[in-house]
Amino acid sequence: MSRYTSVTDADLQEMLATIGVASIEQLFADIPAQLRLSGPLALDAGRSEQEVYDELRGLAARNVSTEDEITFLGAGMYDHYVPALIDSIIMRSEFLTPYTPYQPEISQGGLQAMFEYQTAISELTGLPVSNASVYEGPSAVAAAGYVAKHHNGRRRFVVSAGLHPHAIETLRTLAHGYDMEVEVVALSAGLTQLPALDDQVSAVIVAQPNFLGAVEQLERIADAAHAAGALAICAADPIPLGLLQAPGAQGIDIVVGEGQTLGNRLDFGGPSFGFFAVTQELVRRLPGRLAGETRDLDGRRGFVLTLQTREQHIRREKATSNICTAQALNALAGVIYLSWLGRRGLVELGELLVKRTAYAREQLAAIPGVTLSHTQPVVREFPIRVDSGVDRVISHCKARGINPGYRLAEDQLLIAITEQRSRAHIDLLVENVKEALA
Amino acid sequence: MAQASYPADLSYHAEHDWARIEGEEATFGITWYAQDSLGEIVFFDAPKVGTRLTKDESYSEVESVKAVSDVVAPLSGEVIAVNEALASSPEAINEDPYGEGWLVRVRLSDPSEAESLMDAAAYEASLT
Amino acid sequence: MSATRAQRTLSFAQAADDELTIYERSKPGRRAFTPPPLEVPERSLEELLPGALRRPEPARLPEVSEPEIVRHYNRLSKRNFDLDTGFYPLGSCTMKHNPKLHERLAALPGNAKLHPLQDPADAQGALELMWRLQHALGEISGLPHVSLQPSAGSHGELAGVLLTRAYHEDRGEQRTKVLTPDTAHGTNPATVTMAGYEVVKVGTDANGNVDLEDLRAKATPEVACLMLTNPSTLGLFEPQISQIAEIVHGVGATLYYDGANLNAIMGICRPGDMGFDIVHFNLHKSFTQPHGGGGPGSGPIAVSERIEPYLPRPQVVRVERDGEVSFELDHDRPRSIGRLRGFQGNYGVFVRSYAYIRSLGAEGLREASEVAVLNANYLLARLREEGVLDLLPAAYPRLCMHEFVLCGTPMKRELEIRTLDLAKRLLDHGVHPPTVYFPLIVDEALLVEPTETETRETLERFARTVAEVLREAKDDPEIARNAPYTAPVRRLDEAAAARHPVVRQPL
Repeated sequence: MSRYTSVTDADLQEMLATIGVASIEQLFADIPAQLRLSGPLALDAGRSEQEVYDELRGLAARNVSTEDEITFLGAGMYDHYVPALIDSIIMRSEFLTPYTPYQPEISQGGLQAMFEYQTAISELTGLPVSNASVYEGPSAVAAAGYVAKHHNGRRRFVVSAGLHPHAIETLRTLAHGYDMEVEVVALSAGLTQLPALDDQVSAVIVAQPNFLGAVEQLERIADAAHAAGALAICAADPIPLGLLQAPGAQGIDIVVGEGQTLGNRLDFGGPSFGFFAVTQELVRRLPGRLAGETRDLDGRRGFVLTLQTREQHIRREKATSNICTAQALNALAGVIYLSWLGRRGLVELGELLVKRTAYAREQLAAIPGVTLSHTQPVVREFPIRVDSGVDRVISHCKARGINPGYRLAEDQLLIAITEQRSRAHIDLLVENVKEALA
Repeated sequence: MAQASYPADLSYHAEHDWARIEGEEATFGITWYAQDSLGEIVFFDAPKVGTRLTKDESYSEVESVKAVSDVVAPLSGEVIAVNEALASSPEAINEDPYGEGWLVRVRLSDPSEAESLMDAAAYEASLT
Repeated sequence: MSATRAQRTLSFAQAADDELTIYERSKPGRRAFTPPPLEVPERSLEELLPGALRRPEPARLPEVSEPEIVRHYNRLSKRNFDLDTGFYPLGSCTMKHNPKLHERLAALPGNAKLHPLQDPADAQGALELMWRLQHALGEISGLPHVSLQPSAGSHGELAGVLLTRAYHEDRGEQRTKVLTPDTAHGTNPATVTMAGYEVVKVGTDANGNVDLEDLRAKATPEVACLMLTNPSTLGLFEPQISQIAEIVHGVGATLYYDGANLNAIMGICRPGDMGFDIVHFNLHKSFTQPHGGGGPGSGPIAVSERIEPYLPRPQVVRVERDGEVSFELDHDRPRSIGRLRGFQGNYGVFVRSYAYIRSLGAEGLREASEVAVLNANYLLARLREEGVLDLLPAAYPRLCMHEFVLCGTPMKRELEIRTLDLAKRLLDHGVHPPTVYFPLIVDEALLVEPTETETRETLERFARTVAEVLREAKDDPEIARNAPYTAPVRRLDEAAAARHPVVRQPL
């Protein structure tokens, strides 16, 4: 008997007798003999809790975490501080262990949290309808493409090269399945330059800020898309959205993005959550779960999953998406985080990031051999160009406990500044880049 | 409407749709049986005025909380009006399927198609 | 509980007149966050980020203090039913115990605070864990090549159908159809459409098996794939699986295994040995990732040799150079379908599932499946002894695997209550109801999956409870029709919610 089951030998005999079979073996009689495994799986024997802990702790110790080095890595996930109250709340069994809220009367906690989350995402994106979350950022971009395909039936996506490379690749993977073309358009001076759009463009897809950290002028992009009868889709980073004009207010039809920075840990890339918000016009094409307000028999306010006829379990092959689950626990962390920052705190955090990032950018740009890849306004991330190559910088810094950023190209490094990177950290980075290039 | 009813002045299609034929035009809706099987109706996906409908083919969907059902055209023709009120009160389809719950008004392209529809008695008999 | 006693009583969680939202607790000036000091020289924001790019007013997020946030969400949590508190026999969802060790392991800084773009040389522990998990899943499924990338079962399905497309295209074939049984999860047909194929439904015979005649008729050269769940969503093992594989392979199509029900057969038989080409796993079902109230999950896939070249990028590989072993991310996969998401997948889930596999080992996994099947059959037998099956007969009266389907038609006819009413009345008894109205081919369906981690006593109590609800309904069906009474709210008006959707708080 393993530690997670509780059938004693006596139980087993009585249970089999009640069922009316002589052995467990007989319960599997439907499985043809030639398909049955003749021996155990070639896996190691089970181990005690303590042994498993030691083994996995040993593996984890071989990873260099953000506690072990001063990291300037970003490029899609960021080392923001996660407040302690999030751990405390999301570890509660009542949030951690239920399934999707199929029985709303006993799932009001989760459903109300979804409703609160949807409200926060609606505020950040400037769009009226947010779903209860999707898997993560890049796949949310591909899901938005699927919405556009069904909305206007056109053939092609025009995609900014400033979209996260993983999002472009994910979009390509899925678009091949649903038979759409992906055209990537280059950046110019750090910003998206749209070509002339014809009547086969289903959607224009950009990022805010873009992969090189630059803040895009979304209104121009949305206007161009709409003039061609296409949808405008934006993959946004939610922390900068605290300061930046809401994409919805600039005419964007679908705003999606990676939610990790909202109170979720790095976890080597997941689980996190993706957010997904649309205009009123697109609400019936929205993928995923959606919580809505209603009343119970006594007239009390309550929450349910709503507009479910969009979804796979009802509409099946005609569903708006095959997505089944949200990332409820991660989205819960997201709404707790946004409540913790609060209305003023999100702005204060954004301003701090802008100013520390500006400082780092100027200090690095002053080093001989370092130039800025672009000079557009940025919030918390920017690329530098090192003509002599970045590998020397990376190895020099790594040897001194600093991870200087993401290697964009042989001669380019993308550097992210979160509130956890102090001035002392930035100064240390600058000093080490200088040394590496000396 | 709590009790089953199938007005004698209507013509019925086996897919649980009715037509009220008035010369070259007709009004379409779904029957008491159809709305009762679906339960509380929450959405009618109205076609645009000008849409051409083909007899026996689906032209729209009605949705309840947990089901989607195709709406089939009992006769062919062109939509000349849709019931705009259903956008804000789709429950009219449950409450008054033959009155306030009508779906579309159609200019018939071939009124003789009506000969293939059932009368109330035949339709009711087909339900058992 | 009699009709008169079935009055709503207030618990602590309900005591508040109306549960406020976090926005309704907001008051200008309150705060929880203290920003760290700026430290760098003060600059004008306008100079760094011109006003035209900025929002004129801050987003209307709540203004609340830390104690209020904690109390708010703790109160909300008490309005949820959860697996750590009570029986949760939700069919097809495998609500088995989530070991607490796993949370401790996932939270270790080396896991939780590891950046996904960390140099692989500095993420060897994580990559090795992923490699070992790939290896274990390959062994469990009998299909050696594993990608951990898909984020959920539905995502794994999409990966699988896209792999099928890549496989056929590479052979210069344009196939157009995918077969799914009429018992399939809705994700199967939805996935087929997303991957650009047409869905063709295959029927079920009187015993609950795939209708082989129907399959033969529909298995044409245009068919790219058959997606199958085995055991099926009816909780039955498909005994003709070898013939099915022969028919499907005979027309050059692939056979896809929906792993939602893998919990019945771990260590007993393997999809790879049955002839499946592609399998997805639900790590949040068989491998104990907590469901989180609706995510996160993870949906790795395992494939046969002929599908391997198309697996998503990047792939975790083990490399031996000069006697030194290391683990790397292989991006150089020219025939790959590409990425399905960002980074390497839901690593936090991999930690938990690997810990589970390590804890149980080969014998433990087999025992988990054996007890899951034992518990399901025992519960079915106890329901029969309690007389429940007279009103809710088993849809297919034979031994079941890890779950079984009851049909509520006689109950609806004789007691005039529906499966939904039974489910809602069970809420008043402190159990989560089984899955209702699925599979679609069974009228008034109730799909029951107890899992291996429940005690015999829990199963017996559940059987007695269902019997009691039916007895009560015989006397007065109104009680069930208006249930629940003791939940934080009473039955909710879902039609009103869908007619006039309110999906965010007006501020």
